[in-house]
Amino acid sequence: MKISEIKKLLNAKVICGEELAENDVYSACGSDMMSDVLAYVKDQAVLLTGLVNSQVIRTAEMMDMVCIVFVRSKQPTEEMIELAKDSGIVILTTDLRLYEACGQLYVNGLVGNGRTEV
Amino acid sequence: MSESLIFHFDVDGEDFTSAGQASVQVKKNLRRLGISPEIIRQVSIAMYEGEINMVIHAHGGSADVVVNEDKIEIILADKGPGIADIELAMQEGYSTAPDSVRSLGFGAGMGLPNMKRYTDEMTIESKVGEGTTIKMVVKL
Ligand SMILES: Nc1ncnc2c1ncn2[C@@H]1O[C@H](COP(=O)(O)OP(=O)(O)OP(=O)(O)O)[C@@H](O)[C@H]1O
Ligand SMILES: [Mg+2]
Repeated sequence: MKISEIKKLLNAKVICGEELAENDVYSACGSDMMSDVLAYVKDQAVLLTGLVNSQVIRTAEMMDMVCIVFVRSKQPTEEMIELAKDSGIVILTTDLRLYEACGQLYVNGLVGNGRTEV
Repeated sequence: MSESLIFHFDVDGEDFTSAGQASVQVKKNLRRLGISPEIIRQVSIAMYEGEINMVIHAHGGSADVVVNEDKIEIILADKGPGIADIELAMQEGYSTAPDSVRSLGFGAGMGLPNMKRYTDEMTIESKVGEGTTIKMVVKL
């Protein structure tokens, strides 16, 4: 699924990385606990979260994730946006709640595909 | 690469916002060395979890990453409170993190298990009241 399609499905705003919106994502993960996110290796994944701090960006960077969606209209700080730009990560914000945002993507074909093995 | 390369970092225990900076830097350095993305991901996730642990549980510490021909070593050392029961701390879901840490997105009790999962070897030496040293190895 392209990031631009995620944007459309979640009625989201692009905060940074507009130029990367045609890139593909293959899996998704929704959580507010960063170590839970770090337990699952996935390729070209999108992270959906209601947590807003710099560790969200660094966690995504460590996982080679390509896109972060902040739910419930949460706004990232300037510092977070700079970190994301530096790492080539697209940031989106949506009004939807975490459960609804994940559900939207899931029913439209983006399955989680989590695995705990490297 | 016949000689080993060492990257050293001091990890500030007072500033949660900057926690993880050393791991981000290591990731950049390893990329420059042309190491495979899979290996880089393993090293940087393991180091990141350890770095965060030093900040939230041990008031900071030091991190050294040694790149050898056949392996990458990560050594994390702190002078924090130490871990009384290492076996218990290694269990998924075990955490002593307070709610203040949980609201920052940490304290799921997954960090140490993740570090073990992403590395080929991991040893923990810890003494209550003196500190903790964790060594991890990822084979190249
Ligand atoms: N460097 C350390 N110094 C002292 N205690 C530690 C250290 N690292 C881990 N611990 C102890 O081991 C427990 C488990 O650590 P682990 O990283 O698995 O979970 P966590 O940090 O509590 O949560 P998470 O990693 O999921 O955010 C911690 O809650 C803490 O009690
Ligand atoms: Mg931890």
